[in-house]
Amino acid sequence: MSVATAKPRPDADGAGRNRAYPLATLIRRRGKRAVLKGAAYVILLALSAFVLLPVAWMLTAALKPDLVSVFTVTPQWLPTDHWDWVNFRRALFDTLPFARYTFNTLVIAGGNILGTLISCSLVAYGFARLRFRGSGPLFYVLIVTMLIPWQALMVPQFLMFFKIGWYGTILPLIAPAFGGTAFYIFLIRQYMRTIPRELDEAALVDGLNRWQIFWRIVLPLSTPVLTVCAVFTFIYNWNNLLGPLIYLNNDSQFTIPIGLANLVTRAGTPWNLLMAANLLSIIPPVVIYFVVQRKLIGGIASVGLKG
Amino acid sequence: MTKPRRRVLGRSRKREERSAYLFIAPWIAGFLLFWLAPMAISVVLSLMDWDLLSTPKWIGLQNYAELFFNDRTFWVSVGVTLKYIVLSVPLYLVTGLLLSLLLNLKIRGITVFRTILFIPSILSGVAVAVLWVAMLNPDTGAVNDVLRQIGISSPPRWLQDPSWAVPSIVLVGLWGIGGGAIIYLSGLQNIGAQLYEAARIDGAGAFQRFRFVTLPMLTPTLLFVLLTSLIDAFQVFDTAYVLGGSQGGVGDSLRFYLINLYNAGFVGGRFGYASAMAWILVLAAAAVILIIFRTSGRWVYYEYDPESER
Repeated sequence: MSVATAKPRPDADGAGRNRAYPLATLIRRRGKRAVLKGAAYVILLALSAFVLLPVAWMLTAALKPDLVSVFTVTPQWLPTDHWDWVNFRRALFDTLPFARYTFNTLVIAGGNILGTLISCSLVAYGFARLRFRGSGPLFYVLIVTMLIPWQALMVPQFLMFFKIGWYGTILPLIAPAFGGTAFYIFLIRQYMRTIPRELDEAALVDGLNRWQIFWRIVLPLSTPVLTVCAVFTFIYNWNNLLGPLIYLNNDSQFTIPIGLANLVTRAGTPWNLLMAANLLSIIPPVVIYFVVQRKLIGGIASVGLKG
Repeated sequence: MTKPRRRVLGRSRKREERSAYLFIAPWIAGFLLFWLAPMAISVVLSLMDWDLLSTPKWIGLQNYAELFFNDRTFWVSVGVTLKYIVLSVPLYLVTGLLLSLLLNLKIRGITVFRTILFIPSILSGVAVAVLWVAMLNPDTGAVNDVLRQIGISSPPRWLQDPSWAVPSIVLVGLWGIGGGAIIYLSGLQNIGAQLYEAARIDGAGAFQRFRFVTLPMLTPTLLFVLLTSLIDAFQVFDTAYVLGGSQGGVGDSLRFYLINLYNAGFVGGRFGYASAMAWILVLAAAAVILIIFRTSGRWVYYEYDPESER
C-alpha cells in the first residue's frame, strides 16, 4: 500500500467506489495491495525489533550474575541461562542505592508537578479569559521566553541560588516551577479558549466571581490538558540530568539520571546491576504513557498543530 | 441616561483587570525572578572574570575576545555541535516523516506498532545512552556483532573513534525517531480526505498525491519539527555526557557546546566565561530561528489564515 492511499478518514475508504472499476482491475489492485501490505508489515516488524531487541538485551544483562560478563561473543538477546532476579533488589537496596535515588527523583518531580499545575493553570486562565491592559505584549513576552533555552540562564540562575544558600538543596530544582512554565501556560490557555465562554457569562450572571468561575467551572473542564502537563512535567523531571547535576552535591540527594550516569563514567561499571537499574528507571514513564496514552498523543498533536 | 451605566461597566472592567493581574501574578514573579534577573546578571557577568569566591573583576569584552580568538576547545565544541546538527536534523526530519507515513497506514495492529515505536522517545537521554553505550562497544557490543555477521569484517569503533563518535550519537537518536513520527502523524491525520479524493479524480497517482497534497499540507508540521529539532540539537548534553563522559569523549570528539560550557563554568569555575558562551549560544540559536521563520513564508502552506485565529 502506498503512502497516499492510506486514507486519513475511514469514511473515505469507499467500498462503493471500487464497484465502479472492472473486475480485472479490481483483482490486480487487490494483489498489488496485498504485496504492499506485506512489505509494510515486514518493515514495521523490523523496526519494532530494532526498538525492542536492545530492551530485551538489557533484561538479559540485568539477570546475569556478577561473574558472568554481560558482553558475550554473540549477543544474548533473550534471557535463557541466568535468572538472577535478585539483581533488581541489589540495584535498588543492597549494592546500589537506586531506591533512594528514586525517592529523591519523585520528590523533585512531585514538587514540580504541584508548582506547574497551580501556577500555569492560574496564569493560563488569566490569559485565556480576562481582559486587561498589556495582555497582548505580556503574552508575546511569554512566547519569547519559550524560545530561550533554559541552559542559557543556568549560569546566572545557579549564582542566584548559590548566593541565597540553596546550593546543595533541591529547592532550586522545584521553586522555578511555581513561577510557571511558558510552554504549559500556552498549552493550557489554548485549551481553555475552547471552553465555551457562555459558561463563564452564565456563571457571572449567577453571581460567581472570577476565582469561583476558575475553580468551579474552567479548571474541572481543563483536566485533560492538566493531565498532559502533569505527565510532561513528570517525564521531564524524571529524565532531567543537567539540573540536578549542577545543584546537588551529595550522594544522598542524587537522582536516578545522576546515579546512572555516574555508574557509566566510572571505572569498573557493574554492568548487570546498571542494566537492572536502567530497566527499572524506564518503567514509570512507560507505564504512565500507557495509562494516559490517548491524552498524551492528543496533547502532542495539539502542540504540533499550534507550533 | 447612559452615564451611570458606563460607570458600572467601567468598574466591572477595572475589577476584571485587577483579578487578571492576580491570576497572572505567578508568571510575572517567575519571569522577573527566574528569567529577567538572571538574564541581566548574565549580561553583566559575561563581561567579568569571576570564580564565585574572589571579587568579580570587570574585564569588558575580554571573555568574548578569548572565546573567538584564543580558545581552541571552544571552536572544537562549535565544530562538534555543527557536525551533529548537519548530520542529525535533516536525517531525523526525513526518517520521521517516512516512519509517520508508514504508521499512518490503515492496517491491522498499527496502533501496536505506533506504541512500540513511540516508547523510546519518552525514555530519558541517560537511560537510552546507558543502553547504547553497551550496544556500541566496538569489541563486544551487539551492534558490531550484527555488522560482523552480515559480512562487515572491521566495523566502526564508534565512540572510541573520534570520526565515528558524533555519527554514533546520531544513530542513537534514530532509536527514538518514533517521537517525531507521532507529531507528523497528527499532522497527516488532519489532512482532509476530500483533498485526496479531489486529487484522485484529477488523476493523480500515489506519488503525485504525496507530492501535491500530503507534503504541502504537512509543511506547518515540518516547520514545527524543524525548529524543535534544531533547538534540541543546539542543546545536546545528556547523551554526550553519558557516552563521552564530562570531558567530551575521545579526543574531544563529543565536546558538544553545552558540555564545554558546563566544564568552563561548573567544573572550571569560570562563570563569567561560561556566561559569555551562553550568550553566543542564545544569539546563534535566535539567528537560526529567525532565518527559518523569515524564509518559512516561502515554503509553509497554511490552509487557514493564522491571523484570524486570535
